[in-house]
Amino acid sequence: MDWQGQKVAEQLMQIMLLGFAAIAFATGYIMGSFQMMIYIYAGGVVLTTLVTVPNWPFFNRHPLKWLDPSEVEKHPKPQQSVNANSKKKPTKK
Amino acid sequence: MHSFGYRANALLTFAVTILAFMCVISSLSDSLNSPSPSAQVQVLNMNWFQKQPSGNDEVSLTLNISADLQSLFTWNTKQVFAFLAAEYETPKNSLNQISLWDGIILSKEHAKFSIHTSNKYRLIDQGSNFRGKEFNLTLHWHVMPKTGKMFADKIVIPGYQMPKEYR
Repeated sequence: MDWQGQKVAEQLMQIMLLGFAAIAFATGYIMGSFQMMIYIYAGGVVLTTLVTVPNWPFFNRHPLKWLDPSEVEKHPKPQQSVNANSKKKPTKK
Repeated sequence: MHSFGYRANALLTFAVTILAFMCVISSLSDSLNSPSPSAQVQVLNMNWFQKQPSGNDEVSLTLNISADLQSLFTWNTKQVFAFLAAEYETPKNSLNQISLWDGIILSKEHAKFSIHTSNKYRLIDQGSNFRGKEFNLTLHWHVMPKTGKMFADKIVIPGYQMPKEYR
């Protein structure tokens, strides 16, 4: 899942759960049935799980574009100077 | 949201949080209900009235209890516990409550009832104060919701009197 996909998945999860909660509560309250509220919400949670948890192709529409390897060869990393003092912590690469 | 497990965890946490919130609102919605219950109790007969060897008065009653508690039921009500208590004052205790009958009402359909019964639990005084004693019969109820806050209330029916003499 790419970055854009992760953002979409999280927003979709939140919106869907809140939406189902609102629908479930309204239906349950109007019908006077607590059980109905729980069933609708449980169904909503299952549906949301199916939509947002697996890594669907839908979430991979914006792949990261890495630089071409040839580009790296053109701009080589500066060589690290070899330090004589071995007790010093190795610098981060 | 980068992995399957992370997304599943986030979804479950959020779903349960919303569920808790829905339960809170369900409980709050109970306060929109303004119930209007009614109750009548008739003492049909004082079966007997005597002093126990231990010195405590005991009386046996035949009662007709009719009540309409249907308006207590909302969509968030699991059951209603109702009990009828004899309440009276003695020099020793400012309030004596003795349960005479109780019942658990599981549905709105059963919340309107009329019961003909003798007292389910024995009506015994602490001492010997019953002769000519005036007492109230009070129908108490406790509403037990599916989620959230419990409610309790009562209807006091005054104006009953014990016999003047043992019999």
